[in-house]
Amino acid sequence: MSTVTVIDPTMSATREIEFRDALREAMTQEMRRDPRVFLLGEEVAQYNGAYKVSKGMLDEFGPRRIIDTPISESGFAGMAIGAAMMGLRPIVEFMSWSFSLVAADPILNNAPKMLYMSGGQFGCPIVFRGNDGAGGQLGSTHSWCVEGLFSNVPGLKMVIPSCPEDAKGLMTTAIRDDDPVFFLESERMLGMKGHVPEGDYLVPFGQAKVRREGTDCTLVSFGRPVNFCLDAAAELAKEGISCEVLDMRTIRPLDIDSIVRSVRKTNYCVVVDQSWSFGSPGSEVASQLHQHCFDDLDNFVHRVHSADVPTPYAFNLEQEYLPNARRICEAVRSCLYRA
Amino acid sequence: MSMLSEPSTSRPFDVHGSPGERTLAPAATGRRDPVDPALCRQWLRDMLLIREFENRCMQQYQDKKIGGFCHIYIGQEAVAVGCTAAVRPNDPIVTAYRDHGHALARGMAARHCMAEMFGKIGGCAKGKGGSMHMFDREHHLYGGHGIVGAQIPLGVGLAFACKYMDEVIDGRPNSRVALAFLGDGALNQGAIHEAMNLAGLFDIPCVIICENNGYSMGTSIHRGTTMGHDIISKAIGYGIDGYVVDGMDVLSVYHDMSAIVEKCRRESRPAFVDMRCYRFKGHSMSDPRKYRTTEEELQYASDDPIGRLKLHLEERGELSDAVLKDMQREIRDEVRESIAWSEASPEPPMTELYHDVFVEPHGPYNGTSLPKMLQGKDLR
Ligand SMILES: Cc1ncc(C[n+]2csc(CCOP(=O)(O)OP(=O)(O)O)c2C)c(N)n1
Ligand SMILES: [Mg+2]
Repeated sequence: MSTVTVIDPTMSATREIEFRDALREAMTQEMRRDPRVFLLGEEVAQYNGAYKVSKGMLDEFGPRRIIDTPISESGFAGMAIGAAMMGLRPIVEFMSWSFSLVAADPILNNAPKMLYMSGGQFGCPIVFRGNDGAGGQLGSTHSWCVEGLFSNVPGLKMVIPSCPEDAKGLMTTAIRDDDPVFFLESERMLGMKGHVPEGDYLVPFGQAKVRREGTDCTLVSFGRPVNFCLDAAAELAKEGISCEVLDMRTIRPLDIDSIVRSVRKTNYCVVVDQSWSFGSPGSEVASQLHQHCFDDLDNFVHRVHSADVPTPYAFNLEQEYLPNARRICEAVRSCLYRA
Repeated sequence: MSMLSEPSTSRPFDVHGSPGERTLAPAATGRRDPVDPALCRQWLRDMLLIREFENRCMQQYQDKKIGGFCHIYIGQEAVAVGCTAAVRPNDPIVTAYRDHGHALARGMAARHCMAEMFGKIGGCAKGKGGSMHMFDREHHLYGGHGIVGAQIPLGVGLAFACKYMDEVIDGRPNSRVALAFLGDGALNQGAIHEAMNLAGLFDIPCVIICENNGYSMGTSIHRGTTMGHDIISKAIGYGIDGYVVDGMDVLSVYHDMSAIVEKCRRESRPAFVDMRCYRFKGHSMSDPRKYRTTEEELQYASDDPIGRLKLHLEERGELSDAVLKDMQREIRDEVRESIAWSEASPEPPMTELYHDVFVEPHGPYNGTSLPKMLQGKDLR
């Protein structure tokens, strides 16, 4: 991992901005700083981005650096990887990570393996980013949580912020990173407001953040479900259950040390992961915990995932399909033998 | 059909099935400026080196010194040699898995290419890529790629980066052109079509060269590809100029490619080349070649690109027996040495298993400087 300067957010001015503004601010600042950085993807320029993340960037940087591509994920992802091999630093926006599946070969077979296969000669400093996860009633094809699929691959870094502040800090770090970074955003969160430091702001990879301190049970999560964990923790507090909520922020690298530290304190752990359970980051965390905390755990690691079915369309089914506060509360009670 | 008894001028086989050499934008072809005989002899040497290297490579494979898949370039030497001669040393090149010829033509030392196949630390990628994945930063070779067609979007990206660096970062006209090679079978991969659309759309100076040897494994081009007799039509559909080039003749390759490359450089536009050639050996080491006749093979063998160049030089009195003999001896020694060197090169240490996964802390790659593994190596 590259070394990064962490600027204490309390030192810089903060103001409330949306998640999408935080992403844009990071990209804009990095593009001002480094001419090798450019953004490409479908509708990113003239249309201002399908979800308005890149709004106004065309005006500042022009069409040579904010590039509208055709609907051609395999082609433009591959092209960007070639450009990264030459030393440029592309940011590739997938309108949705669901559409990255047609680019599986370049993003999985080329980007994360190039450095290794070339014996260290050609790296691939690139950021792939876009909307990930269900929740918008888009049906199964458009609701992919790719963290389960893609985190399996060595050579890539996977980032999944849960709040605007981290969105900016992690995006800045991602763009400066020399390795391929898969940056997962949730369309459901783009309008979320929060305090975000101005100016240079970096959040290092591989450092979880305690979003709520607690003593009875550790909730481990990343991305949008962190917010469901916070809701659940507030609910459980009313029952006298004190949850510690850990926001992993990056799946690869995984800050297992922070999880272990918390579990040694609480002796109980529930992992909340919006991908499917089979072969997932959640199962990986559980497996590593059983290795490191076998004697500390007073119950097996419980897991809350999306249901093991294709994502349904109907509102009620989709809500039940996703990890939600109710299902998290149930898992915590069960884990603590209070069901 | 009894082709063996036919006079040598008869050419009953045409794997490309052309109804005539249609070239919709023929501006670049047809030039035949005289070539400096010394340069011609250099090309002959390069082609002979590839031929000898590949012959020895097959032996090494049979002796189980080389593992995995191994694709032999014999018959197509004029393509790699002519194309690399037509570009500048810093024009990036990317190709598929039949890549030994491109690596050698680009200037990779035979020992580094051989050692890669031996899975030794002295290999161009420290033994971590293998026969299909030859990389050489020093010589601007961006791989060797094993997935059919995957390298073409990358090649377009290389050219995109060249243009971006010149025009957007440095504010000067584009100066470089990328060459991206593919096989005829790769024409049916979606990635190629997406890449051609992007190249056409964004004015990307990439020459996409289809090494059309008439077969993808056992499938003749006509069994797998619609409009197989006229593949430049595919590029024309993307607004890209297409050219048909005789890939069995290094002089044609050099002349035509020089014109095509310079046009792309000048106009900052892509081009597509139907490079007609023939692979003399099987697809890989385990191919009994049941899908074509001996007669067909013999006809194409009589068209050997090395033979053609030799004849060209001999007719002009530019290649004496003594010079040729010396050349052949040197090459034999060089390839033999590459094998001995590769045998002697250590296996990669176990630490290599975990190196180069990420740039830091394990990778030597730091963006611009020569990677550590190549420092001090006698890369030609
Ligand atoms: C995506 C993909 N599908 C299948 C293969 C297996 N494969 C390797 S080479 C090859 C034939 C390709 O032929 P062509 O493109 O004409 O190249 P040539 O071997 O003639 O140089 C096939 C099917 C592969 N490597 N990648
Ligand atoms: Mg072929």
